[in-house]
Amino acid sequence: MNSKSNTNLQELYTTMKRIRVFEERVAELFVRGETAGSMLHLSIGEELGPACVTKAMIDGDTFTTHHRGHGIFLARGGDPDKMMAEIAGKKDGYCKGKGGSMHIADMSLGHLGANAIVGGGIPTVVGAALSYKYLNKKNVSIAFFGDGAMQQGILYESMNMAALWKLPVVFCCINNQYGMGTKIDDAVAVKDFSLRAKSFGLECLHVNHLDAEKAYTDIREIVDNTRNNKPSFIEVECYRFYGHARKDKSPYRNEDEEIENRKLDPIAFAKENILTQNILNEEEIKSIEMTVDKEMDVSMNYAINSPLNEEAEIFTDVYDKSYTIESVDSRINNILKNK
Amino acid sequence: MKIPEQDFFEKITFRDALRLAMYDEMKDDKNVIILGEDVAKYGGAYGATKNLLEQFGSDRVIDTPISEPTIVGTAIGAAMTGLKPIAELMYVDFFGMSMDQIGNQSAKIRYMFGGQISVPMVIRTQGGTGRSGGAQHSQSLESWIMYIPGLYLVMPSNPNDAYHLLRDSLKTNTPTVFIEHKLLYNFEGPLDKKNKVQFGKANILKEGNSISIIAYSRMTNFAVEAARKLKEDNISAEIIDLRTLNPLDKNTIINSVKKTRHALVLSEGHYTTGVASEITSIIFENCFKVLKKPVIRYTAEDTPVPVAPNLEKNYVPTVDRIIDYAKKIIT
Repeated sequence: MNSKSNTNLQELYTTMKRIRVFEERVAELFVRGETAGSMLHLSIGEELGPACVTKAMIDGDTFTTHHRGHGIFLARGGDPDKMMAEIAGKKDGYCKGKGGSMHIADMSLGHLGANAIVGGGIPTVVGAALSYKYLNKKNVSIAFFGDGAMQQGILYESMNMAALWKLPVVFCCINNQYGMGTKIDDAVAVKDFSLRAKSFGLECLHVNHLDAEKAYTDIREIVDNTRNNKPSFIEVECYRFYGHARKDKSPYRNEDEEIENRKLDPIAFAKENILTQNILNEEEIKSIEMTVDKEMDVSMNYAINSPLNEEAEIFTDVYDKSYTIESVDSRINNILKNK
Repeated sequence: MKIPEQDFFEKITFRDALRLAMYDEMKDDKNVIILGEDVAKYGGAYGATKNLLEQFGSDRVIDTPISEPTIVGTAIGAAMTGLKPIAELMYVDFFGMSMDQIGNQSAKIRYMFGGQISVPMVIRTQGGTGRSGGAQHSQSLESWIMYIPGLYLVMPSNPNDAYHLLRDSLKTNTPTVFIEHKLLYNFEGPLDKKNKVQFGKANILKEGNSISIIAYSRMTNFAVEAARKLKEDNISAEIIDLRTLNPLDKNTIINSVKKTRHALVLSEGHYTTGVASEITSIIFENCFKVLKKPVIRYTAEDTPVPVAPNLEKNYVPTVDRIIDYAKKIIT
């Protein structure tokens, strides 16, 4: 085992751990009544894909995510303070609290936006990749989506255009087995999604194991290849450990299934590999965990203490700055004044 | 057909004015691209993009597969990463396919992301009756767009406005829906590239003091024709061409009605919850005290568009009935 791969595994472990703890703190923030609503979709159990794919990205690459995208953004470098504040609907959030969990974005990191419409952000990356090809940039644009979006027509339009025009697009499906409460077996007749992607002319990679280091190597290779205008499809199989959103107690699946599948924990697997390969010892891992815990505690408190927005913020960011929107109250009062 | 270079045309078709606007804008800004079904080799279903492929090449004038949602979505992604796309939807009726990308995505991106980014793109499309296109190729769906905050909506009535407003649309940082009427493509008028149009400002095409007729797109021309005949009966109609429905120039409408105290609103959209309903409310709200008669909205029927030419003709406002209603309103 050379030192470079040691570093990779350690880094992937840390990233996955940060995602996990971030999501746990979001859950805590919700219980404490500090989040903006309950439409919070946690990616616990799904950390491997986001950690590996974002590690293969370079400066200038862009991506869109789905409603379950906290982990992807955090792994790509999202500031957990500003993310948590956005989830809380506060002024210091990435989008001034106007987007929230499902519409978080950061142009400086190439995050072209999370999306609350299943499949809604997929064609955006086709357009971004069209720009890169036209402007001669060696960047890729990556659409992250779940297995639910595999059943949306817009994905196939996008796959076709990306393949037809040979665009640097990666379609990345984080297959967590569930579209809200509907299991994949109840949604599709053929579960081999690569078959579909291949038929459009995309390069394909299917990751269905817990070996983060191997996953990263394979993903890195296909993403690098995509930079040469060879669009690709990556499917990462995983299991959504908890309910669809915060209030969902998963009545549609039984506990045995959950217990069995939660054993497929990419973080536990990476930790074991780190220990057996003597990359780090128990104490060193503990130290990483404590650092991550502390970081996310700080972020949670940052969100709680961040101020609320001014009411006037309702009316900004809709059109060009020259366009002003009159409030309903002002309109009504003006009408009544005129009698 | 070669693309003419001069600044002034005594007569040019609406189609050629649009083509010229795209040509001039693409010459000035290498980041402007066009994508859509049959826009390149075919030159656009209504010929608006003819010869642009030869001028700018297939990197900038791009034929797409028949995938309306992704045509719009691709334009969004390109606009977010440095380009200025013009996405053509061959028929406005295809909004039915694309509304997620138009309404949920392009319109809301700047707002949802707290003003971090704007989406400088134009969706050019074509609608309206007059060619027996039937219920799925003849609609007027502008109210769908006008309803959604975050989108500009442009519906010009003549070549000069079409030229300037299309160029302006490409210069705003707000996604803009630009709807052309299918029967206007051959409509001729002057074009003066130096005679700019103020984006968001309605045009008082003809001053008058008996009644305000408020229209846009093809209905403007119906109003002009009706006004000519009303003049023979000594009725002086004021014609307002709205040009853009968002921004909507409320002041021009209100000031006109305050003067004439009578209003007739024309639209090829439906009677119920259409653009005309909105304008009618604005007039009632702001001119209640001075109105001598209820505001009348004269629109298409609340039915799908029929194919049979005789039915289609009377399904939308006609010049004869505009005249008739105008007379009834003021007497």
